[in-house]
Amino acid sequence: MTARNLLLGLLAVLIAAPAVIGAYPLAVLILVLHYAYLGIAWNVMMGFAGLLSLGHALYVGLGAYVAAALYASFGLPALLGAIPAAIVATLAGLGIGALGFRFRVNGVYFALLTIAFAEFTRILFDHMGWTGGSSGFFLPVEHGQLNPIALRGPPVLFYYVALVMTAGAFVLARSLMRSRLGYAWLAIREDPDSAAASGVDVFRARMAAVAVSSALTSLGGVFYAFYYNNMYPEQIFSMARSIEIILAPIIGGLGTLFGPVLGSFVLTLLGEGTTGLLEHFGWAAPGAKQVIYGLALLVIVMVQPAGLWPWLAKRLRIGRDG
Amino acid sequence: MAEALLTATGLSKSFRGLKAVNGVSFSVGQGEILAMIGPNGAGKTTCFNLIAGAMRPDAGEVRLAGQSVTGLRADQICRAGIGRTFQLVKPFAGLSVLDNVTVGALNAARHVAEAKERARAVLDLLDLGRKIDEPASSLTLPDRKRLEVARALATGPKLLLLDEVMAGLRPTECDRLVEILAGLNRRDGLTILLIEHVMRAVMKLAQRILVLHHGEQIAEGSPEAVVRDPAVLDSYLGEEAL
Repeated sequence: MTARNLLLGLLAVLIAAPAVIGAYPLAVLILVLHYAYLGIAWNVMMGFAGLLSLGHALYVGLGAYVAAALYASFGLPALLGAIPAAIVATLAGLGIGALGFRFRVNGVYFALLTIAFAEFTRILFDHMGWTGGSSGFFLPVEHGQLNPIALRGPPVLFYYVALVMTAGAFVLARSLMRSRLGYAWLAIREDPDSAAASGVDVFRARMAAVAVSSALTSLGGVFYAFYYNNMYPEQIFSMARSIEIILAPIIGGLGTLFGPVLGSFVLTLLGEGTTGLLEHFGWAAPGAKQVIYGLALLVIVMVQPAGLWPWLAKRLRIGRDG
Repeated sequence: MAEALLTATGLSKSFRGLKAVNGVSFSVGQGEILAMIGPNGAGKTTCFNLIAGAMRPDAGEVRLAGQSVTGLRADQICRAGIGRTFQLVKPFAGLSVLDNVTVGALNAARHVAEAKERARAVLDLLDLGRKIDEPASSLTLPDRKRLEVARALATGPKLLLLDEVMAGLRPTECDRLVEILAGLNRRDGLTILLIEHVMRAVMKLAQRILVLHHGEQIAEGSPEAVVRDPAVLDSYLGEEAL
């Protein structure tokens, strides 16, 4: 079995899935794809370039708010609104990157910087009147509407949008990884001094990683806004969301292409499965999902620190670049 | 001596008042092999770091083929044509041997496929051809030293800076590396500046030797003359040779 066949098989199953599954499994799969997508985006920074961001909720939130506000105020369709959304998020990312990399804020300290920016943006939006402040921002919903350009339609539309986004991000990440820039990122991740001595412009390559990652992440935010139709600064910019974004790639395998996708499948299904099971027995256990996520992370870190995918790939005898 | 490829003039660097390198001036001719020797702490590696852009000199100038490269960043220096190895080897541990060298080769190649091709050729030259798919972290120290040389060589340098690449090698391995480097120098006219304690390699490779002690140059000349220099025997060689 080759990586390509495995992927194409999975893609075929996912394309066909809505025809056979009900509304709830479809909603779960949308979540799986959404977090797989965000995981791929985050992995470009951490997995490829070795830059730990713990504030990726910032880009989700900026993307969501910019596209939603432009739609609500000017009727700008989501597909067009995604462009300014990505620009705003990328500029924010580049600003944080420039600060961090110019002043040699590395490793954990860089991560703290990303948290700080996400947090104070949350507080900013909490107090910003025209986007509803802390009481949230809502998109008008009309039932029976179908307009793919504006991302208005039934869940199945969002399912296919999420699928296209995830597949697109995967292909982009794959081609980046095999490019000149990809080699520069991996070199920097392994040893910045050696990378520089090998002719890699460390600052520029890092900035490129931030730009790609923040732009992709913001598009996930646009999706979030139009799928849920509501956003609260408290939730969308929260530290908890930033953590949720990074779990799938860590569990699936940092720096691998398929890791974030596999991680998202495992985590989301575990989380939803547990919640469903508890509900079935009539136990309301808020936070059960977080406990499951925590346990999953613990097990992975102890048993397979490199992640599920490298382990599975070896079992299936798939090339390491799959 | 041929026309100078590298000229260092009055290079100085202090760390908290300690003058690690103090007004060092020398030049390396086109196609020459110059060895820099001296006791530990003499300022040899600092000298390298000043030339390779890992540190900025407090004073002095570095010129490569007549162009000033003083104070440029390490990656700019690399692209200008100076390849370097690190004394404490710094492989990209998580990457394969081939990918390690491909990173360097991308400097001299138009695209990734060409860089891989180039990396393969360099690895073959350094007897690492059969280990290209292994992760760099699994290599033995002698192989890591060779990998370090391969990565620097793959960048397509005019001048190669080698920082104690013979250390930790067995005499036969050392002789083999000397042979490879001498071959590169002879065939391709590669200019080499090396820091080395292994006198066996220095005497075979170097056309000239520069001796540093306490950050200052105390002798310079042909290998035969330098190893008889009383100042050198007193401060460095004597400690081991006599």
